[in-house]
Amino acid sequence: MKTSVNLAGVELKNPVMTASGTFGSGEEYSEFVDLKELGAVVTKGVANVPWPGNPTPRIAEVYGGMLNAIGLQNPGIDVFCKRDIPFLKQFDTKIIVNVCGKTTEDYCEVVERLSDEPVDLLEINISCPNVKEGGIAFGQDPKAVEAITKEVKKYAKQPVIMKLSPNVTDITEMARAAESGGADVLSLINTLTGMKINIERQTFAIANKTGGMSGPAVKPIAVRMVYQVAQAVKVPLIGMGGITCAEDALEFILAGATAVSIGTANFFNPYATVETVRGIEDYMRRHQVEDICELIGAVR
Amino acid sequence: MKIKECCTVISQKCIAKGIYSMWISAEVIAGEAKAGQFISLFSADGSRLLPRPISLCEIDPEQGRLRIVYRVAGAGTEEFSHLKSGDRIDVLGPLGNGFPLEEVKGKKVMLMGGGIGVPPMLETAKELEGEKLIVCGYRDELFLTEEFSEAGELYLATEDGSAGVKGNVMDAVREYALDADAIFACGPAPMLRAIKAYGLEKDIPCWISMEEKMACGVGACLACVCQSTEVDGHSHVHNKRICKDGPVFRSTEIEL
Repeated sequence: MKTSVNLAGVELKNPVMTASGTFGSGEEYSEFVDLKELGAVVTKGVANVPWPGNPTPRIAEVYGGMLNAIGLQNPGIDVFCKRDIPFLKQFDTKIIVNVCGKTTEDYCEVVERLSDEPVDLLEINISCPNVKEGGIAFGQDPKAVEAITKEVKKYAKQPVIMKLSPNVTDITEMARAAESGGADVLSLINTLTGMKINIERQTFAIANKTGGMSGPAVKPIAVRMVYQVAQAVKVPLIGMGGITCAEDALEFILAGATAVSIGTANFFNPYATVETVRGIEDYMRRHQVEDICELIGAVR
Repeated sequence: MKIKECCTVISQKCIAKGIYSMWISAEVIAGEAKAGQFISLFSADGSRLLPRPISLCEIDPEQGRLRIVYRVAGAGTEEFSHLKSGDRIDVLGPLGNGFPLEEVKGKKVMLMGGGIGVPPMLETAKELEGEKLIVCGYRDELFLTEEFSEAGELYLATEDGSAGVKGNVMDAVREYALDADAIFACGPAPMLRAIKAYGLEKDIPCWISMEEKMACGVGACLACVCQSTEVDGHSHVHNKRICKDGPVFRSTEIEL
């Protein structure tokens, strides 16, 4: 039975990875899971300099999900290279670094800094809904998506994943733009912009007013978008959005994702990633699937 | 070592209006937990995903039991309040750092709790050896006062004046002219702010327990940060993580 998948020439032992921003750089969850059991660890977004993030409250629970507006708090690339990459290198798993920035130059600076680091793939976050500059500003206009993808590719030594926003009219348009810009892989979906109002205090539940919605409630939207994008582009996809278990992950794979990321589920089940790995293996045995690649996009 | 444990409820009792006391059997967590730490409790309803962080009121490692005393603040805690002996609940813990009992060894310590910040001071009082004063502040109805009386010298404040000094814990400190070499406190932000100011004025080191909306509870998601005076060790900005770097901080570490 073969569970390994290939993302732009990088072989992952299985298709299960973490979703950026929900798993730090792995240290906090290494108490619960053996990181070497994961296909890859995707780090929290890192910028060229430390970012303080947004005021609190930064999160709110909503029905079947949550809103967050952390604002990409991160220590900057220097600390990240010195501390987080060596930590992750101790484990036999692939390292995917999520990169954020306010300007194209910021993204390129981080990407260039990472070129000599033992990192397997880069994920470019052009879809964070919670920062005013950068993030989503790049992710909602196909011309901007293509342009930043091209720029980043000039500096990148590792294959580049462009992370797409669902907060657009037609996500396939953004996917095609990223592909023509030279993206090696696409990941989707980032969070859906939402809002919650505290009626007792008559105020917004989170300080940023809006937040990105994630969790099981967004899964059907994410599966639909992965399916649509799979029909529109040739590059491999990483599917995410509300995955809590193997059954959820398999929906994404059958819809066209080569790999999957587990995000919000880590917060309520710190073992969700490894349980998903095992659940996919069980499913393959049950359905006599020899190679997981047979399942990718099998539902058309 | 943190763990997510499926626990059995031993008993549950309403001890004041909207305030519940629950004992749970949590073998592993009870064996590791320290005063001032907290646990995260999970709803059985899949629509409520995030765990509810609740401080530990008593820890019984011998019998593998934990006691929490909590206020019903929403649908999640409402659900917990209906749990009965024998019911199961998922619990993540022990979380956070706890009060630094070693650092105050041999000193006279004042333990201050306000409102739903009262419960964690009970285990702290029980574990703390040496001279201690306990000051508890309530809106009106008292709870846990019997247990506190057994653990040390107890002073009370109530907002409505029905017991002890009328006012808050700082009013009780002034009224009874209480003095100490160190302060441990848990309560609402205005109370912690007043205690920090008092500590600075009297040159008394204070350790305060903070709260904020949390998701992961283990330091990964960066939701529950508070502003720190120094650059923090994790993100190298001025944001300490309440769930992991705290919830207990030196009052001078935090901007309040």
